[in-house]
Amino acid sequence: MIVDLQRFIAEERPCWQELEALLARLDADLACRLSLTEVRRLHYLYQRTSADLARVATFSAEPEMRRYLEALVGRTYGHVHAGAESRSGFRLSLWLTRTFPVTFRRHMRAFLVSLAITMAGVLFGGGALALDPSAKPVLMPFPHLQSDPRERVAREEQDSEDRLAGVQTTFAAQLMANNIRVSIFAMAAGMTCGIGTVAVLFGNGVLLGAVCADYVQAGETAFLAGWLLPHGAVEIPAILLAGQAGLVLARALLGWGDRRRLRQRLRHSASDVVTLTGGVVLMLIWAGTVEAFLSQYHEPVVPYWAKVLLGVAELVALAFYLARAGAAVTPVSGRSDPTSE
Amino acid sequence: MPGQALSTLRLRTPEGVEFAFELAGPVTRFLAWVLDLAVIVVILNAVLIPSRLLTVLSPGMALALNILAFLTISVGYGMLCEWRFSGQTLGKRLLRLRVVDEQGLPLRFPQLAMRNLLRVVDALPLLYLLGGICLVLSPRLQRLGDLAAGTLVVRLPRVTEPDLAEVGAGKYNSFREHAHLAARLRQTVTPAEADIALQALLRRNALEPAARVVLFKALADHFRGLVAFPQGATDGLSDEQYVRNVVGLLYAARR
Repeated sequence: MIVDLQRFIAEERPCWQELEALLARLDADLACRLSLTEVRRLHYLYQRTSADLARVATFSAEPEMRRYLEALVGRTYGHVHAGAESRSGFRLSLWLTRTFPVTFRRHMRAFLVSLAITMAGVLFGGGALALDPSAKPVLMPFPHLQSDPRERVAREEQDSEDRLAGVQTTFAAQLMANNIRVSIFAMAAGMTCGIGTVAVLFGNGVLLGAVCADYVQAGETAFLAGWLLPHGAVEIPAILLAGQAGLVLARALLGWGDRRRLRQRLRHSASDVVTLTGGVVLMLIWAGTVEAFLSQYHEPVVPYWAKVLLGVAELVALAFYLARAGAAVTPVSGRSDPTSE
Repeated sequence: MPGQALSTLRLRTPEGVEFAFELAGPVTRFLAWVLDLAVIVVILNAVLIPSRLLTVLSPGMALALNILAFLTISVGYGMLCEWRFSGQTLGKRLLRLRVVDEQGLPLRFPQLAMRNLLRVVDALPLLYLLGGICLVLSPRLQRLGDLAAGTLVVRLPRVTEPDLAEVGAGKYNSFREHAHLAARLRQTVTPAEADIALQALLRRNALEPAARVVLFKALADHFRGLVAFPQGATDGLSDEQYVRNVVGLLYAARR
């Protein structure tokens, strides 16, 4: 039996047009809320269109009609079967006070692994430079780090002119852009089974350890602390969080201790990885600003103790925020999360 | 190759119907990316105009604006366009592609952010070589970013209601005088056979004359073998008219 196409279209077209109008309304405004009547009508139209598609597929091989109805059913299927989360708007205040810190704590083990890898790099870098100072160009391949620490400290402390006059903003933008790119790579490299992420974390640790060893050996610990702490108190944790995000992605890819299928694991981890990355970007914007406008100024312009105090205060505040923010809120109930740590 | 073996992804709904996604291949996707790259260059050049004005007031601020604009646009163009335009950037729109959720659900922003942030790995070592290899090897033609985000890039079908005017529903059809034979014909002809006849009619003007004659003779002989209409109803009918009458019975409005 072949379905009478013209009569079929004439009878059903009003429903298809009504459904298209409803879908256009839902697609145009993500915050759109339907009334109960409209929801019931949407469900009815979806079921009726699905039935029409089944009739066409069974009793008529007309390809254009089938494609048209498949597209309509496909669009409606998503709206009917999606959860409430897909239509909830983004609120920055909620994200800052709850989503980001709770996400950080949910993947604490990945953060600790990220920290351990970086510390291993620090120990390696510091130890290597202490044992073999001639390895400095290899461990710190940046021209501005090749000079003798004592000479640099003497030069910058005695410099009466502001070296960064007029370029602090540009310098801050360069720092932010570079660090954000490195962090995004550290996160994205989680899809290389975490190998790239580990490499970035370890490499950063080596650089940090080598710089610290260089300045401590030269007796410029105070300068080092005043130089690195104001921005490092936020920048270094940001890199650790980027590594944490990469390791979360790597774990979802590899599936250790998780019996769900690969697609489910990756789907489940996407929101958390993006949340952590968003937090990293905000932290690096702050760190870049502090590094350009404060960290590069030394005694007698800015006392070291003031810079160290600021860095310690930033670190304590950040630790308190990540450890406590959103802690009073009850987690979403009924959601079992085998990946939570 | 897996990518060639499955270029269509079919999803079955709980209601028991299936709908399909036609997956976009690597060449089309690469071309869409090239177009998007051109758009990004245009946008960046547009940003240079206010920054040149700003240079007069503060060269440092102008340069900072350029640096941050380059980062924001190169990273954010894809995710913001795909979020705002339901899975399409300008390049994808021009080539009729769209990003969709692999389960047919509405796209969520974390998915779009994830697939765009992972471009930095997909682009390794250059020109999306790693992402392209992954795409070709993936049964759903997904690069690493799509795999992580649970998204697909599909071709958009040109969806229009079928044009039945060619069927000539309004013209006199001698076969309608024989309702019982017409009913038997509708029961006997399969949907595939009906579609072949309809498509032959719709595309008849694109056929070469000799091929057109041969085709409609074969179709008419086939339908004559299924149900034989009396001579009075078929006298003077060419094979093409015979097939048109058959299709008119099968698809056009019943009295």
